[in-house]
Amino acid sequence: MTIRTLGRLLSEHPLFQGLSQETLDLLAGCARNEVHKPGAFIYRTGEDADRFYIVRHGAVALENASVERGVLTIQTLGRGEVLGISWLVPPFRHHNDARAIGWARLVAIDARCLRDKCDQDHDLGYALMRRFLPLFAERLKQAELQLMDVYNVHR
Amino acid sequence: MFTAERAAGAGMVPVPCRVLRRSRETADCCTLVVEAPGGAADFLPGQFNMLYLFGVGEVPISISGDHRQRDRLVHTTRAVGPVTQAIQELRRGDSVGVRGPFGSAWPLQQAQGRDVLIIGGGLGLAPLRPAIYALLRQRRRYGNITVLYGARSPEELLFRRELSLWRERRGIHVEVTVDCAGRGWHGRVGVVTRLIPQCRFDPASAVALICGPETMMQYAVGELLAAGLGADNVYLSMERNMKCALGLCGHCQLGPLFVCRDGPVLSYARVERLLATREL
Amino acid sequence: MSDSTAAVGDRVVVERRHLDALVVVLRREHRVVGPVVRDHAIVYGELPSLDALPIGWSDQQEAGYYRLTPSGHGALFSHNPGPDTWKRELFPPQALLFEARRQGRSFEVIASDGDVSAPLALVGVRACELHAMAIQDRVLCDGPFADADYRERRQRAFIVAVNCAQAAPTCFCTSMAAGPQVESGHDLALTELLDDGGHRFVVEVGSERGASVLAQLQWRAPAPADLAAAAAVPAGVAAAITRRLDRTAAAAGLAGQPEHPHWQAVADRCLSCGNCTAVCPTCFCTTVEDRSGLDGDATARWRRWDSCFTTEFTYTHGHCTRCSPRARYRQWLTHKLSTWHAQFGSPGCVGCGRCIVWCPVGIDITAEASALLGTAEALP
Repeated sequence: MTIRTLGRLLSEHPLFQGLSQETLDLLAGCARNEVHKPGAFIYRTGEDADRFYIVRHGAVALENASVERGVLTIQTLGRGEVLGISWLVPPFRHHNDARAIGWARLVAIDARCLRDKCDQDHDLGYALMRRFLPLFAERLKQAELQLMDVYNVHR
Repeated sequence: MFTAERAAGAGMVPVPCRVLRRSRETADCCTLVVEAPGGAADFLPGQFNMLYLFGVGEVPISISGDHRQRDRLVHTTRAVGPVTQAIQELRRGDSVGVRGPFGSAWPLQQAQGRDVLIIGGGLGLAPLRPAIYALLRQRRRYGNITVLYGARSPEELLFRRELSLWRERRGIHVEVTVDCAGRGWHGRVGVVTRLIPQCRFDPASAVALICGPETMMQYAVGELLAAGLGADNVYLSMERNMKCALGLCGHCQLGPLFVCRDGPVLSYARVERLLATREL
Repeated sequence: MSDSTAAVGDRVVVERRHLDALVVVLRREHRVVGPVVRDHAIVYGELPSLDALPIGWSDQQEAGYYRLTPSGHGALFSHNPGPDTWKRELFPPQALLFEARRQGRSFEVIASDGDVSAPLALVGVRACELHAMAIQDRVLCDGPFADADYRERRQRAFIVAVNCAQAAPTCFCTSMAAGPQVESGHDLALTELLDDGGHRFVVEVGSERGASVLAQLQWRAPAPADLAAAAAVPAGVAAAITRRLDRTAAAAGLAGQPEHPHWQAVADRCLSCGNCTAVCPTCFCTTVEDRSGLDGDATARWRRWDSCFTTEFTYTHGHCTRCSPRARYRQWLTHKLSTWHAQFGSPGCVGCGRCIVWCPVGIDITAEASALLGTAEALP
């Protein structure tokens, strides 16, 4: 898969709408395809968040494992959804396990490289922040709804 | 607006009906099938009955069955109090008092020719099921039909077999999700409202039918309005304390509305301001 | 008897000594109920004769205050309504809905026969109370389901109304367009006159039934002085009314004020005792109660009065919708003066003032409405 093809893929994604061709080329340059087999870990809790991902095909489960509750799936992410948004927030570490449900094809984008570039080019940094912040807000809203445990009738 | 003039056992006196079947749905939910009073059930999707258990009490329960199946009445309930707990223990051949049907119905007429979104949460899928049956029965009269269903965990999903059957049908798009899951669940995890942006519908004309805990309905409405649906095309099934179901006892009031009579199905346009006020 | 027959709309004069026959005549076919003195208050009870009325009694009523005082004269209606309302007779505090008896695995249901007692004759009904009955008619009879029992009682009831001769400081019927003059809904309407012309009553015929009852009494045609004196009574009472409530502003404005800080101020005083709902002539909320025998084979379902001030009122599997006293008081006041309009096309309040008198802490609906609407106390 050539860089140009990945570039087109990224340009078609809602997350990157409105970015200049130069930026898209940059992103494509930092991107590569990945395929994960069923049950494989894409990343684990505590690992450096040096990549973020867009799901091209299949689904990914965000999991949390504890002694008391065992393994819990917090959220599943499907086609077009973004994985690994911790890349933007210090200490840049993943706080969940991400695991492939079935075969998962992902586009992985080198976050470490991108962070450096954002530090140098603040316009680029702002453009990406603007696009990723709504993802955080959505996740927060959804988490709040999950937290409220609305289906539980007992107080 | 449908007025229940044809209600069986209209008034405050229940008609004893024989239990045909009581089956388990989840740990605390069951489906109760009773013979229709007078052998002829006549209700519209969205309506409810008052079920009376001898010596225990009476509760409002949405009808969850096919409205074209006239010889029986189907109700799905969760055990939350003495009456609903007693319902969980009924056996074939027992008797249950029935009054009804009461309340307003899902706007299936208004939805004709349009895309329909059905969004259920937890036990909320039960009052929506008659609407799903009705839509599938007259499939050609409607546009895209989507069913989104969310529950707390896989163990608390209702009608799992039916959901699978619907998913396999052409002409209806079904997505199921749970808030949290352990091992053994290979489906979606996350709140049901997340699924809305991925559905196919024409926001200018689509009709949404929503039932579930009030907070879940509010979040769903938020997503739908953000997607461009009109508030008068979004319908909720509301719930309040009911004693008479006749609009006389005053218990079920929500602002100026009597939920047993003006509802339980109400357009969001009518309840928006009421829901925004705490403790109304 | 008199020479000619009075027709609907006519006014005649009945002397005090001839009015005794009214109760005698009514008692032949009705259960006659009217104001009587009991437990240091004027309540509604059975009238064995006209003399059972609170003759010689007046009352002092203010916010959270009620006392009987001697009137010093023999007028029959020198008092104002007490804690009872006519809903006690027309819409009883308890009513049997049905009985049920176990039969094997099923049960048999025996619906209640409803009201089989003699029709009511209500004596001494005030204008505000007539308006309250009309309001309850709309609530209980005009919806998709009607309370057949109530409707039957209402239709059969014979109403002897009386024009108030005095206003209590807590009255505000004028603000609610519900008095003090009796205008309609009566079979007979009395205006009591006790002056140089003697102790007599100007009686207005309100219906055919009223005319046929009047035909059995002795009456004479009214003199101009009688009519003038009678006309002056409601006018004088209206002028004496001091409390005000802007019903239009309340209807339009209260429902839109759910977060007004004043609600908390009232809530801090309100005991949620529900007295106001018990004495209000238009409050209609009821609940159901199952009463079972000890052997478990027989049960009865009763309807009884309920109040939106209880925490159980909005309880639905595990939680209540209106938990705080603030929410419950807000519901009652907003419903009474505002949302009632959207439901039934009129306010729910008739300005009788009972809720002000019988509130243990003297919460005044007119003052609270003013505070919430920001309207000045003195209105034209």
